[in-house]
Formats: sequence, C-alpha cells, structure tokens
Amino acid sequence: MSAPSFDVEAVRKDFPVLSREVNGRPLVYLDSASSSHKPRQVLEAERQFVEEHYSNVHRGVHTLSQEATDAYESARATVAGFIGGAPREVVFTKNVTEALNLVAYSLGNPGSPVQLGPGDEVCVTELEHHSNLVPWQQLCERTGATLRWFGLTDEGRLALDDDVVTERTKVLAFGHVSNILGTENPVRELADRARAVGALSVVDGAQAVPHQAVSVTDLGVDLYAFTGHKMLAPTGVGVLWGRADVLDALPPFMGGGSMIEQVTMERSTYAAVPERFEAGTPVISQAIALAAACDYLTEVGLDAVKAHEVELTARLLDGLRALPGVRVLGPDTTELRGSAVSFVVDGVHPHDVGQSLDEHGIAVRVGHHCAAPVCRRYGVPATARASTYLYNTAAEIDALLEGIQQVQAFWGAR
Amino acid sequence: MSDSLYQEIILDHYRNPHHKGLREPYDVEVHHVNPTCGDEVTVRVAVKDGVVEDVSYDGHGCSISQAATSVMTDLVIGKPVAEALVKHDAFLELMQSRGALEPDEDVLEDGIAFAGVSKYPARVKCALLGWMAWKDATAQAVAVAGGEH
Repeated sequence: MSAPSFDVEAVRKDFPVLSREVNGRPLVYLDSASSSHKPRQVLEAERQFVEEHYSNVHRGVHTLSQEATDAYESARATVAGFIGGAPREVVFTKNVTEALNLVAYSLGNPGSPVQLGPGDEVCVTELEHHSNLVPWQQLCERTGATLRWFGLTDEGRLALDDDVVTERTKVLAFGHVSNILGTENPVRELADRARAVGALSVVDGAQAVPHQAVSVTDLGVDLYAFTGHKMLAPTGVGVLWGRADVLDALPPFMGGGSMIEQVTMERSTYAAVPERFEAGTPVISQAIALAAACDYLTEVGLDAVKAHEVELTARLLDGLRALPGVRVLGPDTTELRGSAVSFVVDGVHPHDVGQSLDEHGIAVRVGHHCAAPVCRRYGVPATARASTYLYNTAAEIDALLEGIQQVQAFWGAR
Repeated sequence: MSDSLYQEIILDHYRNPHHKGLREPYDVEVHHVNPTCGDEVTVRVAVKDGVVEDVSYDGHGCSISQAATSVMTDLVIGKPVAEALVKHDAFLELMQSRGALEPDEDVLEDGIAFAGVSKYPARVKCALLGWMAWKDATAQAVAVAGGEH
C-alpha cells in the first residue's frame, strides 16, 4: 500500500502534460527514467525568478545581481540539504555526464591527488550507463591505467565476488540504481571496499535521487552525481556532490571566468570549491528550478514516492510475468530495485514494440538505453523499457499490459 | 493499427525477406550499424561490367530495417549501377520527405510502401540502414573495378 497521505490524482493535477492525448488515446507516460515531466510549481518558481530577480550571479553590486546570487546560493543549499550534504560540497553542472567527466578529467589533470599510470586500475561495472563508462575508458587511455569491471549475474545483479578491487585500484565508479535493469546496487558495501584499498568511490545517482531518500553521508561515498531533468526539474542542470576534503583536493576541469582566484598573463590560481568547478556563467534559473523540484519532492515525501513506485513496479513485474512470450531482464522482484523495467517480446523487435505501443498513446523507451554492454551480456540487441514515477497510476500499468498483448496479436507473436 | 507505418507489404518483406543470407561470390562486404538502436547489417555486393550482379545480406533489426533491406535487394539486383543509384536516390528522397512526396511506383516498386515511414523521423534511419550499406559497398566495388583497368 502507498502511504495514506499520498494522493496520485492530486499529484497528477500538477503536471499539465499528463492530461493530453497521443494518437487519440490518453497519454500513458512510462519514460521517466529517461526524463521526467515538470510540475507547475517548478515551472512557476523558474518563471518568477526570471521575471522578478534575474541577473547574472556573483561579483555584481547592483540589486538584481545580489538577489540572483542569493537565490542561486539558496538553491545550492536546498539541493545540498536534499541529499544530506553541505552547500559547499554541491557543484552545479550541466547533467550527470558532465559531472562524471568533470571527475574523470580532473583526476587526470596536473595536481590530481591520484596520479594514474600504467599498473594502476580504474574499476567500473558491466551495468553502467555509457556516461559512467566512456569517461573512465578515456581516462585510462590518457594515463595508461587499466580498466577493470564487475560482471553481471544472470539475475541482473553485480557479480560482487569478482576480485576486481585490489591495491592497484585508484577509482571505483558505479551506478546507484541501473537505468536499464532497475538493479539497486549495495552502495555502502562498494564504497567501503573502495576505501579499504585507498580508492575514490564515484557514484552515478541519476536513477536513485529522483525516486528515494538518499543521504550521501550515510552511503559513505566520495563523489555522487545526479541530474535535474529526471527529478521534475528542467534540462540543463546537474549536480556533482563531493565530500569537502575530496573536492578540495581536486584540480579544475574547465577553465574560465568565476573559477579563478588570481589571473596573470603567465598563470592563474583557482577559486575554492564549489566555484572552482563552475567556470563561466552557471545554469542559474535551472538551478533555482531544481531547488523547487527538491522542495516539491520533499513536500510529497520521498518515502511515499518510493512506496507508490514499489506498488506500481510489483504490479508491472507480476503482469509481465503472466504474459506468455514476454521476458523481463533484471531483478524480478521489487527487492533492492528501482522502477525501470526492461522487457523483450519474443518475435517482435523492441522498436516495433515501442512504435506499436505509441499507437495506443503509451510512451516507453526502446533501444540499448546507453547501456550497450548490458544488452550484449543478456544476448539482446535492445529492449523496451517502462519506467514509472510518482505521477503514474495502476491503471496505466494495466494499459501497458493490455497494449503489449495487442502488440503481440498484431505481430502474430502469440 | 499502424495504418500509415506498418503497411502489409512491409510486414510481408519482414516475415519473408528476399535474398537474405550471405553468398559468394562478392567483391566487397560492409558492416553497418545504427548506433541509436543497435540494428546491424552485413551487406555483400558483386558488381560485374557495371551491373549489380548480386546483393546478399544478414543482420538483425526492426521490421522497418529488415523489410527495407529486402526491398532494396529486389530493386538493385540485376540493374546497371547507375540505374540502381537512381533508385537509391529516389528512396532517400522519399525518406527525407516527411510524408510530403508521392512516390513513383515505376521506380521504387514495393519501396513505395515506405512512404509512411518518412513521417516517423525516428524510424527513417532504420529504413535507410541497408540502403546505405549497399551504396557504400557498391561504391567500393566500383572503385576497385576502376582501379583494375
């Protein structure tokens, strides 16, 4: 049961797009793992800031500049509080991809606390989104370090027995919750393993922070990235959280305005964190909207959101399991699991599944979900993925299950 | 459902693809992928005296990519390279038309069934996968043949 205070119909009223039709049917939006919709409260907060207080932040002496700076720094504090961190530990980036690249490039730059070279190892997992894999491959190419990884079990869990974190490991990067299989990884255990060998832990939290209460301090990680557009905020704003002593020791990634202390023609010295990592005019109004999204989720209650999604995910997993010719990839219970559910329909290519469902107004994502090695691991070229959020209903799950059966009938797959 | 996209001709080619399977002899083999969806096709082309003697292929992908490749082989096998390229250009133009073009059945035959695909930008690359691979392989085969003279 959802927490009694949670009223999904009341929540839906905050999202105007959910009342539209697609192909003559009510929209059933099951693609929030890719990007979520935005409630009126978030749009209003951004609009109000732009209409009443907008200016560039920092260094200005005029009133609007001061108001904008206050709003921007207040947004940083709200976002920090949302994940149990301190304001100076929050760096605003463009998205998770930029946040993870920031870390990967910084670690290869002069002054890095980790000097990577041949013989050193960077460890990831086979479950990663490309954004938490490719930057580490590139870092290894630049430095001569070796990339290693945890494999996957047939059940869609990390093969934690793999002996890949060793004294040679300098970085352990992994996702909190998988965007393709829904698997929730044991973050604390992995962070402890990294610390035991003196490696930095870097976590992609893109699929966790929108859906469940996350405390970066409880998780014991060094660096943690997430993004606004998957958690009711606009595109263009992401977050890198780093424990204060870890961020303090990292050299800059991008150079430019705002990230400096002193600049001469010969050289520059750099600002303290978080400004050191925010070169150029930052994402101002989007950051303020992200703070509004945090406030919205806090007000609804992340425990209620999680309980609601667990209920929907259980209904979806049970329904898919009951359909002949349909196979779920990844954990088949809601235990240690997020709300993204990948499935394949025997005899129908995922692109045709997605296109046919769209005829019924049902939006799912199809493809490799930027996790091509996972598809390869399970021997499929692609999957269809349904992902729910706080605004989805049990009736929408039923519409998807009905839609899949109609797809099977159309394609003669039953 | 899918009146405009999944035409019966497309479904027929998908279920019973023509000329599928890799064959000998051939001059050039290419492998093309659609990185957004993971569709893959391997195409072999044999060109002799300026004529497309054979096109064989294997791969996996959605109904649109598989059917379009099947139709493509029907259209180009046995045709002079220049005429086959005219058909390629006509199909490409149709795919880029966003539904605004009336296809010429004399040129594209079963290919006219893909007119509706041009209204689905996400699927246009699927329809072009096999065609692009064929064009690539044919250009290489012609270049090789030219170099031999």
